[in-house]
Amino acid sequence: MEPILKALTLKEQLAEQFRVHRDIICRNDTPFISQARERSFHRFLEMGFPGDHMERWRNTDLKRALSVDYDLDVEAPASKMDVSGILRCNIPHFNTFLVSLYNGWYLSENGAWITRPDGIVIGSMAMAAKQYPHLVEESFDRIEKTSRNGLEALNNALAQDGIFIYVPDNVNAGQTIQLVSMVDYTRNLFLQNRNLLVVGKNSRLTLVHCDDSLNHQPSFTNTITEVFLGEGAVIDHYKLQNINDKSTVINTTLFHQASNSRLSTHGTVLNGGLIRNDIYVDIDGENCMADIFGLYLVDKDQHVDNQVQVNHFQPNSVSNQLFKGIADDRARAVFNGYIHVHRNAQKTIAYQSNKNILLTDKATVNTKPFLEIYADDVKCSHGATVGQLDEEALFYIRSRGISYDNARLLLMYAFAAEVINKITIEPLRLRMDDLVKKRLRGELSICDQCVLNCSAKENTVSFDIDMSKI
Amino acid sequence: MLIINDLNVSIQDKEIISGLNLEVKAGEVHAIMGPNGTGKSTLAWAIAGNDAYTVTGGSITYRGRDLLALSPEERASEGLFLGFQYPVEIPGVSMTNFIRTAINEQRKYRGLSPIAAPEFLAKMDENKKLVGIDSKLTNRSVNEGFSGGEKKKNEIFQMAMLEPTLAILDETDSGLDIDALKVVANGVNRMRSKENAIIVITHYQRLLEYIVPDFVHVLYKGRIVKSGGKELALELEEKGYAWLKN
Repeated sequence: MEPILKALTLKEQLAEQFRVHRDIICRNDTPFISQARERSFHRFLEMGFPGDHMERWRNTDLKRALSVDYDLDVEAPASKMDVSGILRCNIPHFNTFLVSLYNGWYLSENGAWITRPDGIVIGSMAMAAKQYPHLVEESFDRIEKTSRNGLEALNNALAQDGIFIYVPDNVNAGQTIQLVSMVDYTRNLFLQNRNLLVVGKNSRLTLVHCDDSLNHQPSFTNTITEVFLGEGAVIDHYKLQNINDKSTVINTTLFHQASNSRLSTHGTVLNGGLIRNDIYVDIDGENCMADIFGLYLVDKDQHVDNQVQVNHFQPNSVSNQLFKGIADDRARAVFNGYIHVHRNAQKTIAYQSNKNILLTDKATVNTKPFLEIYADDVKCSHGATVGQLDEEALFYIRSRGISYDNARLLLMYAFAAEVINKITIEPLRLRMDDLVKKRLRGELSICDQCVLNCSAKENTVSFDIDMSKI
Repeated sequence: MLIINDLNVSIQDKEIISGLNLEVKAGEVHAIMGPNGTGKSTLAWAIAGNDAYTVTGGSITYRGRDLLALSPEERASEGLFLGFQYPVEIPGVSMTNFIRTAINEQRKYRGLSPIAAPEFLAKMDENKKLVGIDSKLTNRSVNEGFSGGEKKKNEIFQMAMLEPTLAILDETDSGLDIDALKVVANGVNRMRSKENAIIVITHYQRLLEYIVPDFVHVLYKGRIVKSGGKELALELEEKGYAWLKN
């Protein structure tokens, strides 16, 4: 991979890369996918990167992230990497089936393609294009046609790998599948991942998805994940983001729900330079449930942006959004919650709540609840708050002998706990609880290993409160 | 134990307490009475260390130390307790953990190891009985959804758990029915000893039927205008405050 010429803009560099490396990029494609890439790339060139001229990008400025010189890594690593040496997940009593994306490339000690005894297929997207070409083609076709911004089009043009999971009908995936996206590159990496998860009728899947950086090198990750819930399917989806302060993650997740399906998606942003989550939930069946939860803790010059769009296309479904965040120093948080109830979606129940705490007068929050309702028999609500730590409560706690620092921690933790407590997998909840406490105490930095391993270097901070029973 | 000398306190540049003097000795119970808006609560906040209230002059000495030099948490750890007139709700922080954390932070300040779990639980049980609250309440978040009476009982419960040397109760009797009033009084009387002192701030003589004070002070326009024994409270009940205003 030759270094890129600094004189070119990132867009020009990408155009050059696409031209030079087209054969490598399209290596695993069907002709249909290659053609879709071609069209999507032109779409990207037309649209460019998203900017503040777009309503949904008004509060998130990519300029700084895009001004870095990045490499595009089009070749999968030749040698087989031993992922177990990089990542050891040691959450007590939490047995997961682990797959990773290492610098964007699928990596698993079980090989690139396996069919488990329970019938679940797990493999790389590169392999999926060969094994299930119609599914992958449909995905590229969809994203080509629905690309809302240049990054989605760019992903459709350049994404070479990712994770593919297929759960047949009537299968209960007892074991949690854990997907860890790790960036560990010697130079600045610009990468695109594409994930596709299909969960069949009446099947169950629990997925924990972590975005991590393993070093302090700047990187830019642009991921699209499509998740299909068949009739009566149940998905518990957890997202944990802990990347370094110089890195950017643009994470677009599209959930498609058929009748009687239940989705729970729970995201926690622990650290990151710029993190943008675009979450789309299309409820295209009756009697569905969708819980969309998020917690974000940002400080320094970090920026986090959660964009949620729930589309109720059919009647009698329930969606519920709860997002909470704490911004310290000069950090910025954005929340945009959009509920769209279509004409046919009678008896919809849709809730939305976003609560924020600003710890300094330099930190900012932009929150925008947005409801668009075309059905006349629905129950919808939204609420957003931006405030400070409650001074009265602080004094009350201190008047009982608890130090100022610990009183603050107690209030911040109590604020965050409402979202943490939504995690239904006990070992994961305890670990997340632990990570959030560490984060609030300022002890969490990006780890040498996966954040879930959490052998993070801990500073000795005097902190004797046992908050485990709060 | 507590010596307040020529104290001046302002809030947002408005002077509320002007040249107040008060001395409270170990073993004593003092009642502070007075009409609305004369600075009774301000005095309590200033002693407890709320920085919304600025001490512009005078001194407060507590057990020989300059109280004003200490943070609110240090004052608490030195054995000071304020029972709030309006206890604050803290969603997400459980009562049990709040109390245990407070006890352990105070113990840390005093160089003691954290309280052992069995000892803590026994103390909890004993004091829950004392103030007549049950586990349903202590398992909830601090004061969240508590009734007015429950909040006041909870203040007394916290006092009993923290075992302060000097307790200031700011209108703990307001809004209480007669049964709750007896519970509160009982909790306070249990604390009375030769080593401890209590300052009761109240509007009404009624509470003083149950907590018999050694001294009664009348606060008016930020200073103590009259002091006396427990009979002063009865006199105030009969005549009101108007006769003192001159």
